[in-house]
Amino acid sequence: MAGVELLSDQGFRIDGRRPHELRKIECRLGVFRQADGSAYIEQGNTKVLAAVYGPHEVRGGRGKALHDKVVVNCQYSMATFSTGERKRRPRGDRKSQEMTMHLQQTFDATILTTLYPRSQIDIFVEVLQADGGNYCASVNAATLALIDAGIPLKDYVCASSAGFVRDTALVDMNHLEESSGGTELIIATLPKSQQIVFLEMNSRLHEDNLSAVMDRAVAGCTDVYNVLDTAVRDHVGETAAAIGGDAA
Amino acid sequence: MRDVPISNCEREFLLAIIAEKKRVDGRQPTDLRQVKIQFGSNFGSCEVSFGKTRVLATVSSEVAAPKQRRPNEGILFVNVELSPMGHPSFEQGRQTEESVELNRLMERCLKESRCVDLESLCIVVGEKVWTVRVDVTVVNQDGNMLDCASIAAIAALAHFKRPDVTVKGQEITIHTSDERDPIPLSIHHMPLCVTFAFFHQGKFLLIDPQEREERVTEGKMVIGMNKHREICMLQVTGQMLLHQDKVKQCTKMAFVKVVEMTELIQEALANDKTARSKGEKCGFAMSSEKEINTTVSPAKLVEDVSKTDLPMSSDSDSGSEQEMVEAGPQERPVGDSPKVVGKGVAIIGSAAVKKWEEEEERVKGDKKGKKKKEASVKEASVKGQQSRPQASAYF
Repeated sequence: MAGVELLSDQGFRIDGRRPHELRKIECRLGVFRQADGSAYIEQGNTKVLAAVYGPHEVRGGRGKALHDKVVVNCQYSMATFSTGERKRRPRGDRKSQEMTMHLQQTFDATILTTLYPRSQIDIFVEVLQADGGNYCASVNAATLALIDAGIPLKDYVCASSAGFVRDTALVDMNHLEESSGGTELIIATLPKSQQIVFLEMNSRLHEDNLSAVMDRAVAGCTDVYNVLDTAVRDHVGETAAAIGGDAA
Repeated sequence: MRDVPISNCEREFLLAIIAEKKRVDGRQPTDLRQVKIQFGSNFGSCEVSFGKTRVLATVSSEVAAPKQRRPNEGILFVNVELSPMGHPSFEQGRQTEESVELNRLMERCLKESRCVDLESLCIVVGEKVWTVRVDVTVVNQDGNMLDCASIAAIAALAHFKRPDVTVKGQEITIHTSDERDPIPLSIHHMPLCVTFAFFHQGKFLLIDPQEREERVTEGKMVIGMNKHREICMLQVTGQMLLHQDKVKQCTKMAFVKVVEMTELIQEALANDKTARSKGEKCGFAMSSEKEINTTVSPAKLVEDVSKTDLPMSSDSDSGSEQEMVEAGPQERPVGDSPKVVGKGVAIIGSAAVKKWEEEEERVKGDKKGKKKKEASVKEASVKGQQSRPQASAYF
């Protein structure tokens, strides 16, 4: 889209953020009663719900059960009202299938799968409002939901996106910045060890700029981790107080 | 047909030799297989083979209405099909995970990198544009379909020529190839994909994995680059954890391969051009090799076995040798000669570690444990007489 300046001369983006600033993150754990674990996250205007069921017996016959690991089953769905134009297919189209696969691979690498052989963990993600960073918000929401469900993980999985405009790397792109045609790098890491679980990049980017963008994205993941960790500790503190035990 | 799972022996063997930086077909970890690019007699058809993996790409064009959001650009469709002839597990019509992944990666590599100039495909703004369709078919799957498919698609796009069009006011005339020469597409750059397969928690990597190697890999990284050092597409998939430095290392390696491949494509295109201008016959029929399976066995295999004095009669020996050879040429590792163990039994190479003894000991250990348990139950319970026959029934 011509005429829309993604980065002004003073270094401000369209929504007034600086290049290294994330959008406002608000999250809640334990939003559903039925699911074993659930979470709701808002990153700017992107709103995502996640629910986790499991570990439970493998559905769909014993044929799909793995003898030494748990089967991680994901479903990524976008509500029909989530985008600007009404979405005709909430799930099942190629992009959703690709997202589902990526989520499944990300969590297969993070959950301690050898602890629950012959079982299945379901992760359901629903995007209520899509304003860029859908995958990132989904991963963050699913992490919180898994923590709420008490499923052991190697570490939090935090995801963040980064772009490159006018020789500056921007973190946490919204829909307008994404669709302007510039590069977008989506990364999911384990923040403490800085290991990359998932990495995806679209559009042209010169090799020399790759480090700058990756570093910015990884820094973004660390910032997301700080926010999520605070939220989890607050939630645990509240729950413990409600039960009547000592939070410490 | 359901895929035959890889056996544990083979899996362990492959992982062990990869840890020693060796490969089954003798390549170096960063070597590609033999790449062949052949063009068909029609403009826009190309077949690429990486060793035994063969992929066919065809480009066709049609006039249609443009998308509403981009009225002055043509449309590019990319479709990758896994033909059932490629692998026993490919089924007609079923969209497996693998096929979705392949399609999306190809789409991202070609469409989102803007390699083809779509604005030049516009005929009348908002009404008529050219839609270019790339259909890629995997004819034989022996590992690394993506790299092969990306080269085939780009080469086909570079080879393709669309009909010439003249616009006079409201009239649009599409000229046939007899009236006016067809025009090639304008391609800005050639994004090619390189696949890296990781093993042993990301410690060892291989470029251009074969089908067997792909089965035991923990994760893959796909880098789409062009020769101007621009990364067009990057994706890390699988269940492994990587470090940032690994990614940067791989981009450097990928660049070397991409430059090699781009040169090869340019060379192939130039050869095809000269062949056509000279009026020589061109096309798949001329350039494909004949692959004929004969019963004539290579002398080597038969000689090696006959060196050792096997007590069995030579007739039955050569008969079994013949069968072995007809099944397919098997490359034996150099320096491994058969060791005769007994009458009619020979070993070639070394097998995996025998774990049966461990298993027997474990079972014995279990049984001892059970005996002790039974004894304690006997003492604790009142019905001593009844439990004894139970214990003896086990052993």
